[in-house]
Amino acid sequence: MKKILICISSFFVLTGVYSNSSAYEYPIKDPFVATIIGTSEAFKAEVPENVNVKTKKLKVFKDRKTPDIFWYDENLKYFLAPQKGAAPLIFVIAGAGSDYNSSKINMLLRVFYQAGFHVVTLSSPTHPSFIVSASSNSVPGNLQEDSEDLYNVMELVWEDIRNDLAVTEFHLTGYSLGGAQSAFISKIDEGRKTFNFNKVLMINPPVNLFNSVRIFDDLLVNNLPGGLDKMDEFMAETMDLLSEIYVMGDFVDINEEFFYEVFKTLKATPEKLAAIIGITFRIFAADMYFVSDVVRKGGYIVPQSLALTSTSSLTDYMSVSFRISFLDYFNEYFYPYFQAKYPNLSKQDLIASTSLKSIEDYLISSKKIGLMTNQDDFILASDELDYLKRIFKSRAKIYPTGGHLGNIDYKDNVEYMLNFFKH
Amino acid sequence: MINKYLLTIIRLLILLLSFGVLTGCSLAPKQQDKIIPAQRTLSDNEDITYPMRIYDPWEGFNRSIYKFNAKFDQYVFLPVVQGYEFIMPKIAQTGINNFFSNLSELSNLINSILQLKPKSSLHALSRFLINSTLGIAGLWNHASTWGILEYQEDFGQTLGHYGVGDGPYLVVPIMGPMNARDGFGLLVDSLAYNVVYWSAFNFSTHQVAGATFSLTRAINMRKQTKFRYYQSGSPFEYDLVRYLYTQSRKLEIAK
Repeated sequence: MKKILICISSFFVLTGVYSNSSAYEYPIKDPFVATIIGTSEAFKAEVPENVNVKTKKLKVFKDRKTPDIFWYDENLKYFLAPQKGAAPLIFVIAGAGSDYNSSKINMLLRVFYQAGFHVVTLSSPTHPSFIVSASSNSVPGNLQEDSEDLYNVMELVWEDIRNDLAVTEFHLTGYSLGGAQSAFISKIDEGRKTFNFNKVLMINPPVNLFNSVRIFDDLLVNNLPGGLDKMDEFMAETMDLLSEIYVMGDFVDINEEFFYEVFKTLKATPEKLAAIIGITFRIFAADMYFVSDVVRKGGYIVPQSLALTSTSSLTDYMSVSFRISFLDYFNEYFYPYFQAKYPNLSKQDLIASTSLKSIEDYLISSKKIGLMTNQDDFILASDELDYLKRIFKSRAKIYPTGGHLGNIDYKDNVEYMLNFFKH
Repeated sequence: MINKYLLTIIRLLILLLSFGVLTGCSLAPKQQDKIIPAQRTLSDNEDITYPMRIYDPWEGFNRSIYKFNAKFDQYVFLPVVQGYEFIMPKIAQTGINNFFSNLSELSNLINSILQLKPKSSLHALSRFLINSTLGIAGLWNHASTWGILEYQEDFGQTLGHYGVGDGPYLVVPIMGPMNARDGFGLLVDSLAYNVVYWSAFNFSTHQVAGATFSLTRAINMRKQTKFRYYQSGSPFEYDLVRYLYTQSRKLEIAK
């Protein structure tokens, strides 16, 4: 989904307006706008463009047969940015639907590399490539089990690179869903002790995954004029709007200037912005549902006995997947899977297990874990921000604005992250 | 006029197409005895419209070419581009890109005139004149520095401008996503390109130079294209690309 998000969000590249003087000067006050646009060049922390990054590959399960249509995902890829001498190593875990090469990951890689860390970036267990090649159950969304999968991958990565690197200590961070997983991984590590993490930073994590995903889903359902049946019309209208702006203004190219104009036009309609975030999320979710079903032969979207090949049309499956809400997925696919595995598991139990609250004691007592998030991060349900403040106390850094991850590469935030790991 | 470059390309295409057809057939889904429908299916309700569906009657064939292109990229095209980037100094790479971009003003000019667009015609003509002379055969792009920007026009856009529809979606070997209209447009553009430049540079008598020209042009074109197959991670990448291609062409034609 991140490529689509980039696609859509690059419609909104903004060039540093909306300045407002206060202690924290992140320039965008609206959480949705911040989420889509991110930080404009002028306010970004400076990072080096050219970093020595190696793309590495792992075969996680030696005897797993990859489905034909996912032939390109047989191996799990990751980035390694190694320092020349001895240095701490930091693992960075991507957010929902993002891989080791997403734009946010690339930014974090450069931030930490520049500050002298070896950096390893990992795809989210919700990303298709991870579901295909590295997930033990291929049903993403269970925080504990997905984090165990990530831990296994991290151990394999360490096996893969340990002879080439001098590592002084280990750190861990992740954003969004990857932030929540970081905490679970840290807890797993207390038992398995492969890394003995020195510091762990959670960036804009959900408190309860179930709540956060529902919030994303509602953004679409509540803001799409005419509801889901009219998604086609909405997208066509948005595209027509783009072409109208393009033709009216004297634009030579689809460039920043053009996106800025588009953004100005769209800004008048916050529902549209919310719907765009919602569509982006829905595309990511559809990817995840479909890939999981194919890998597991679940018979949910694709008939169980049908073997898809690289020439099979997937268009109908895409259309079907787009129509599946998160609640549908949870009730019809996710819960039945775990219920079959643990017969006494209730829906409430399962929802509770997708929450940070399930490891609350560990979060309270473990001083190595820190939190960075925003007051206006809309993936948090109403009382969840207070919950985070209560649990993390002085270890919580909460910025007034930024939406969901919009300010992650803002100067102050980057400085905070680096200070966190260096002290 | 015999055009060797074009002939080679056409031969190559026929070869690849027949290869694609063969693999396309051999990869056709094996018929299962009995298929139980999935839990979730498309609705029978005709009022429901599903987004991002594009007319694509040759989908199976297109998908096999899509996969072929990905492999060709992986094993041939991208390694060659990397080799080129490794041996060629940065400044030379820029010069070469400017050179080919200057030659493509021909297509911009012809198609701007065909669409009766004075401004972009003027831009194409003045860019070509400025960059060919002051920019020394197009190696430097002074025109852009002076604010005379490039308006990209091709014959596919010209056809679209006069109301020719997209036609079936098409994935062309090596070239990538297209539709029937733009594929035909590309053929016409390359014909014009080769007729003019083949005789201008006298490649008929200097075949090695002609081959080098074509190869460098292809490498430069791939280098300038940021797209990488299967990098989106989405299982529906083929569909997404098909949709985005169609939409972006719509924008370009509207302009």
